[in-house]
Amino acid sequence: MAVTFNQTAPGKWTLDVRGYACPQPQMYTKKALQKLASGDELMLVFDNPSSGESIQAMCDSDGNDIVERVDGGGSFSWTIRKT
Amino acid sequence: MSAAVGPSSVAAARHGGLPKALALAGVGVLASIVALSIDTRLSYLLLYAWFGIGYGLLLQYGRFCMASAVRDLFAVRVPRMAVGMMIAVALYALVSAAVTLAGFGTVDPDPVGWHILIGAAIFGFGMVFTGGCASGSLYKAGEGNVGSMLVIVAISLSQAVVVSAGGWFDRLVPASWTAIAAADQDVPAEVTVTQGWFDQFTAGYLWTLDAATLAERIGLDGSPVVAVAVNTLFVALMPVLLLLALLYAVYFRPGYMRRAKIASPTLRQHLAGLWAMCTASRNTAWAGIGLGLLAGAHVWAIGMLRAHYGIENFGQLLAAMDHRSGLSLRGTVFDPGYWYITTQEAQWGAWVLESLGLSMRDNVYFGMFNGIPNPLLNAPGFMSIGIIVGAAMMALLRQEFKWKLPNLEGAVFALIGGTLMGIGARVAKGCNIGAFFSTVTNGDPSGWLFLLGMAAGAWVGVKLFAWWVDWQAARQGGDLTL
Repeated sequence: MAVTFNQTAPGKWTLDVRGYACPQPQMYTKKALQKLASGDELMLVFDNPSSGESIQAMCDSDGNDIVERVDGGGSFSWTIRKT
Repeated sequence: MSAAVGPSSVAAARHGGLPKALALAGVGVLASIVALSIDTRLSYLLLYAWFGIGYGLLLQYGRFCMASAVRDLFAVRVPRMAVGMMIAVALYALVSAAVTLAGFGTVDPDPVGWHILIGAAIFGFGMVFTGGCASGSLYKAGEGNVGSMLVIVAISLSQAVVVSAGGWFDRLVPASWTAIAAADQDVPAEVTVTQGWFDQFTAGYLWTLDAATLAERIGLDGSPVVAVAVNTLFVALMPVLLLLALLYAVYFRPGYMRRAKIASPTLRQHLAGLWAMCTASRNTAWAGIGLGLLAGAHVWAIGMLRAHYGIENFGQLLAAMDHRSGLSLRGTVFDPGYWYITTQEAQWGAWVLESLGLSMRDNVYFGMFNGIPNPLLNAPGFMSIGIIVGAAMMALLRQEFKWKLPNLEGAVFALIGGTLMGIGARVAKGCNIGAFFSTVTNGDPSGWLFLLGMAAGAWVGVKLFAWWVDWQAARQGGDLTL
């Protein structure tokens, strides 16, 4: 499984880093968010729990909002809105 | 502030996760009862196991991994685990102080030398590629991460090979090491100390170094109370405060003050910011506190049990139970008496290799000191198993358990990184737990050398890893040229 990063609609992107352990999910998330414009949303899917802590901290620090989380079965689907 | 367990997953846990977690706990309790019914002296082994389960529960709860402490600091400027690690050090040090004063201390200082920096750097570099430190890999294995299981296999085998191998590599050993090792009267002949570079490294170099707590080094160890106070204050608490202040100044303050729209912070606002940094991740902070307390209690518990059985080493109990085949030439086995990872994994690796017919006892490490007990009788081995089980229980409870197979890249990184971690741990005489966490909290300043080396190695590792990620992203092209 490879990392997939796509724009699905104007202002809407998806990043799938399932199957990757630290630090790839957080590193790819950081890179992906750099590509977004202010107000854009990133739908992020990962399954490495500890990466979530780093991603949460990155969002807190940069002022990005995690507007939705659907977590369960070891998978995490977060929607991040870039500030 | 992160909420690691949201309302929906709590509800799900009540229906799905709790029964599985309890079932696993039940298996553990049943196994413990069976062990005690075989021989109550196995309580010593069970003590390690249940502390391991406690560590595993807390590690998974707090996503507590010391690799993240340096790796995420450098890679994504997130100080979460560095802060958590400092909190844990402070708590462990305070409990250890009380335990030492009560006469139950079990932690001896490590020899100081360049090997700490070099070994730690190799370890720190390797752990960036494996996705976790030693106990981090154990707890992530408990989450179903098969890549982390590969790391443990690699750490086990690489260490076993490192401490026992001989051959062309021996020629790189300095002549002085060989000479000193050969002249050592205390080494049994069976160990063939002049063969095998690691034997010569140990007997010809490590044993020439001195090991002491800070209080001993500066001559303030006359009174136990003064010694403990000096060690706790200057080796643990003050460095922790300094590092927290540094982490705050460099990694947290800019973003915090910008969000709070404070241009010229007062001291009071700085203190509020420092507190915000420490509580930014509740789970991490609580896990840090819990792990520190538990690690300190572990020292006390082993100390008490040793006093109860009148022993200094579990090998004596194994001998009394007529299990002698795994003992070292001195009748001892690896029995640290506190939280330590890597040597028990090395013993697992050695036991496998020995079962395959290889000679693994003609060396200092296994032959003279640690032995190669059957994994079912390896007390600290059960501490590691406990970490995996405890983490699995917590992951099941939170609906986070998931079998994850690594892709080819992940598997290669796990094996190579794990091998480097094993090599580094033996050269440095421990990992982030045994050579850092359990040292600085027990008056031994050599642990800070380990952290420095580990950070340096991780920094290089992150640079290389970031280049790799960029190269992979560019190779795939399109939107992925991030």
